[in-house]
Amino acid sequence: MTAPALEIVHLVKHFGGIPATQDVSLKIMPGERRLIIGPNGAGKTTLFNQITGDFRPTSGKILLFGQDVTRLTPHARAHLGLSRTYQIITLFPQDSVAHNVVLGLMGLKGARWNMFRPLGFYAELHAEARHMLDRVGLGALAEARVGEIAYGQKRRLEIAMALAQKPRLLLLDEPLAGLSSEERATIKQLIAAIPRDTTVIMIEHDMDTALDLAETVTLLHYGRVLVDGPRDAVIADPKTREVYLGH
Amino acid sequence: MRTVLLLLTAVVLASLPLFAGTFYINLASQILIAAIFALSLNLLVGYAGLTSLGHASFLGFAAYASAWASTNLGLGFAPAALLSITTTTLMAACFGLIALRATGLGFLMITLALSQVLWGLAYRWASLTNGDNGLTLAGRPAPFGIALDGAGAYYWFTLAVFAAAFTLMAVFVSSAFGSALKGTRDQPRRMAALGYNVWLIRWITFVYAGFWGGVAGLLYVYYHRYIHPTSLSITTSAEGLLGVIAGGSGTLGGPVIGAGLLVLLKNYASAYIERWNMLLGFVFLFIVLVIPEGIVPGVRRLLSRKGSGKP
Amino acid sequence: MQFWIIQTLNSLAFGGLLFLLASGFSLIFGLMRLANLAHGAFFMLGAYLGAAAIRSIPGLDLWSAALLAGFSVAAAGGLLERLVLRRLGSNPLGQVLVTLGISFIIADACLMLWGGDPIPMPAPDYLRRPILFAGIAFPAYRFAVVACAIVAALGLYLLLERTRIGAMIRAGVDDMDMARAIGIPVSKLFTAVFCLGAGIAGAGGVLGGPILSAYPGLDADMLPLALIVVILGGVGSLLGAFVGSFIIGFIYTFGTALLPDLAYVILFLPMIVVIAFRPQGLFGRLRA
Repeated sequence: MTAPALEIVHLVKHFGGIPATQDVSLKIMPGERRLIIGPNGAGKTTLFNQITGDFRPTSGKILLFGQDVTRLTPHARAHLGLSRTYQIITLFPQDSVAHNVVLGLMGLKGARWNMFRPLGFYAELHAEARHMLDRVGLGALAEARVGEIAYGQKRRLEIAMALAQKPRLLLLDEPLAGLSSEERATIKQLIAAIPRDTTVIMIEHDMDTALDLAETVTLLHYGRVLVDGPRDAVIADPKTREVYLGH
Repeated sequence: MRTVLLLLTAVVLASLPLFAGTFYINLASQILIAAIFALSLNLLVGYAGLTSLGHASFLGFAAYASAWASTNLGLGFAPAALLSITTTTLMAACFGLIALRATGLGFLMITLALSQVLWGLAYRWASLTNGDNGLTLAGRPAPFGIALDGAGAYYWFTLAVFAAAFTLMAVFVSSAFGSALKGTRDQPRRMAALGYNVWLIRWITFVYAGFWGGVAGLLYVYYHRYIHPTSLSITTSAEGLLGVIAGGSGTLGGPVIGAGLLVLLKNYASAYIERWNMLLGFVFLFIVLVIPEGIVPGVRRLLSRKGSGKP
Repeated sequence: MQFWIIQTLNSLAFGGLLFLLASGFSLIFGLMRLANLAHGAFFMLGAYLGAAAIRSIPGLDLWSAALLAGFSVAAAGGLLERLVLRRLGSNPLGQVLVTLGISFIIADACLMLWGGDPIPMPAPDYLRRPILFAGIAFPAYRFAVVACAIVAALGLYLLLERTRIGAMIRAGVDDMDMARAIGIPVSKLFTAVFCLGAGIAGAGGVLGGPILSAYPGLDADMLPLALIVVILGGVGSLLGAFVGSFIIGFIYTFGTALLPDLAYVILFLPMIVVIAFRPQGLFGRLRA
């Protein structure tokens, strides 16, 4: 039996007494497409931040591909094949689009420690970045400054940076936030085309688009897992309806 | 255009002792030393986004260490220099471990506190540092048998070290590592998520900056043949920082120009007024309030505006 | 025996002075996120102003001089905050550099006005004679300084915990955006706290006069100690400033007396321990 891509065991996180994650346990298998939903403040992004290592959980365990990473730093987890995008766009606005992707590529390569070779000399890195940008349709903008490209293009760049690392587990935090319907369709295609050796976990509010991409769904509410299972079962669950429609 | 300008500068700098008087040659040596110091500090301030107010620690410590090793251990200049640079770099490694527990204002306060401790030591531990009297160096070194006692000879020596320092630091910031460093300045969390060890990158840069600060300290003590606790004071750190910010942090030319202007100002102002510290204070206010981005980025912005015709 | 008692008392008195300096620094940092590097200069300016006032106004006692200097320095601090620091609100680095520049200007102005020789300040007559108890002489003025520091600490505590302004300051230290959102007049609060911090430092300079006297370099001697106190005690914490001040007061006084060469290195040690194991300081809260 293969180890799950991600296993979360009794995860708890308090912020100064306020619980943000309450006894969350999840198991996500390699290749799975998992959607995490829940109202604002349900603790979705907090959960992501614990998976990446930005926040230390108060208690509980996180395992990546069978390895306990609860006490590992974010960069060490990245080297295990974990990649993420941000809900609030987090790019390098002063640099070129291509440079952003190069930074993503270099993060996992020994080259990042080289103090004596100018970055411009790494032709293969730049070629790879170009290739990645072509794949997400940003090839023409490679030399543009990130601060000057459109919002939707920045969203695509976020994904390109993560995909460039060829992650084994990819966390997408609201990749569709703030996009027009055409832009959403483009990103949807992009996510649908991610190869199956990458496991994808996505937080998204736009159900119409996101449910098409997901196979399994987790509903978080007040930091707890409320419903968890195959897509259709979760949609049909009365508790889902209650959270989203009820009161 | 740029290459021509650089070449021209290099020719003028290299031939300076052939046409300039002793006063100007010495002034140029001081500028080059201050420029190396400011460039090394700029690695932290401009490229790592870590504002240190304790960089004089490395200049002062290296100067003291070499003067002390020459007089008390009877070492020759080369072994004394080697010992001094090694210990300074090791000290930077230790200081980095402490100061990099914080960033932002915390980092600034810790570096300031650490350097003030060294400054206090230099004053108080008189059996080692000779206290307020400072340490005197018997003479300047004579590498490969070339005496550096003359103003011209010492200038060329300083220029050679400056060229090496400038080149190596320029390569450093444009290298793969340098790009990662700038990334940690702009988006540390993102860089960690991309697989970069942000802390280690900063620490290495801190140590490297300390190394070059030490090199500046060696040149400093050879130039003056003397070292006093003031070289470890907050004024020295602040002058370096002001040079970086006045010229433009995060640029290569900025710190050189800023440090140069400060040395000129200090030399010319001291001919007319005694109040250098007060003037320095007002220069601080002026720079921060009037040209916070620094001279080099400011001029660059003006030029590009003219060039492209855009507002 | 006499040595230990005297040094203990000196430590307490020096700790008290440090508290007068560090409490304001810590409050300003905690509320405004501003490292006021002119704080040592405020302390020195207060000392000089007090010395000058005592010399030129006949019959003025030390306490009135301290009040006078405190109010003058508070006013100067208020002007600095309103006219200069305010314009750099979104630029913390610029603010630090400006306070550094101001500290150079103040230090040099003091040197220009009052010269390079230390100006001693006498303690009030009735505190000049040591108190004799069980055959040991206790310097009375040291007690008075400790008492002043405790009174100041109590006053600050009551101000912070029991008054409306104090509640607003605490809200601002905890979460500035929230404080702004619920309608706290943050701008006035900044000026008030800056004045308060500067004033305590200025008065502290005068109270320190009989022990330290006013001399050029007093600012550079005191500022790093205040920094170490705040790093040790935790930024924005009154209790931290109090405890930190007395810890550093003891270490510095006994260090200077027992190992004069290494007094400064010994100061290092508690700071390193705290930074290594509790970077937020002994009583500081961790900020998310």
